[in-house]
Amino acid sequence: MPFIAELLIAILLIISGVFGFVGSYGLIKLKDPMQRLHAPTKATTLGIGGVLIASMIYFVAKTGHISVHELIITLFLFLTAPITANFIAKAYMARNLKRTDLPGSGTNYGWSVYSDPPERESSN
Amino acid sequence: MLRRLIPHPLLSLTLILFWLALVNTLTLGHLILGVLFGIGIPMITAPYWPDRPIIRAPLKVAEYFLIVLWDIVVANVQVAMIILFRRNEDIRTQWIPVPLDLKSAEAITVLAGTITMTPGTVSATLAADGSCVLVHCLHTDDPDAVRDEIKSRYESRLKEIFQ
Repeated sequence: MPFIAELLIAILLIISGVFGFVGSYGLIKLKDPMQRLHAPTKATTLGIGGVLIASMIYFVAKTGHISVHELIITLFLFLTAPITANFIAKAYMARNLKRTDLPGSGTNYGWSVYSDPPERESSN
Repeated sequence: MLRRLIPHPLLSLTLILFWLALVNTLTLGHLILGVLFGIGIPMITAPYWPDRPIIRAPLKVAEYFLIVLWDIVVANVQVAMIILFRRNEDIRTQWIPVPLDLKSAEAITVLAGTITMTPGTVSATLAADGSCVLVHCLHTDDPDAVRDEIKSRYESRLKEIFQ
């Protein structure tokens, strides 16, 4: 394997290690659950991204074939991380926050955690 | 006839590319299998997507994707800095309601996902009629600026893509 590839892989792995660590540290350091939610959804994305890019470079340098599994993992990560964060946030709001703790929505309907959606015009 | 066979061309194409990526090789056999999936799955699942999104500007999708990718890198560094170097008392966490101009469910889903993945913000919930999204911001001194940035940077681009 050429030296430049090894160097790149090493740098990427170190970057991802640092961000993964910061994300985990944020979980301990921040105060309430909503703040803690920020740490794993962000800092960890780059952490995992670094490992995946390192893995792609490794397989190109080692075997000469491009591996695209890493791209699929990235795609799944982008699809699942926001949904997980959204569900945790909703569960937290429903159990620990009151309607009055939050700013208003500026429309006739409240936030969907507390209010029912408008009636559908046609039921099917 | 072609419309009946391929009711959702974009989904078919995605499935074919996805299958090829999953098996990690490009051979004729897998291409044919991928095409079979690309035709079969949209036909079976057709009842579940009555209104499919129409993507008006495919080039804008690539532009949007690159912008979001760059913002994610920036977001990681910013959030890491806040976590490491800011004392807990100095972190000013805020709820920010962001009114939406987007109407289609797919566009709002993409926007909410983008908000969660980018600088210090998580989309927490929608208004019950889907006209406003509640964003939780880890640290900001100026909630209006955050709201305006979401609207100008992401929502305006999504509007061009989906409407």
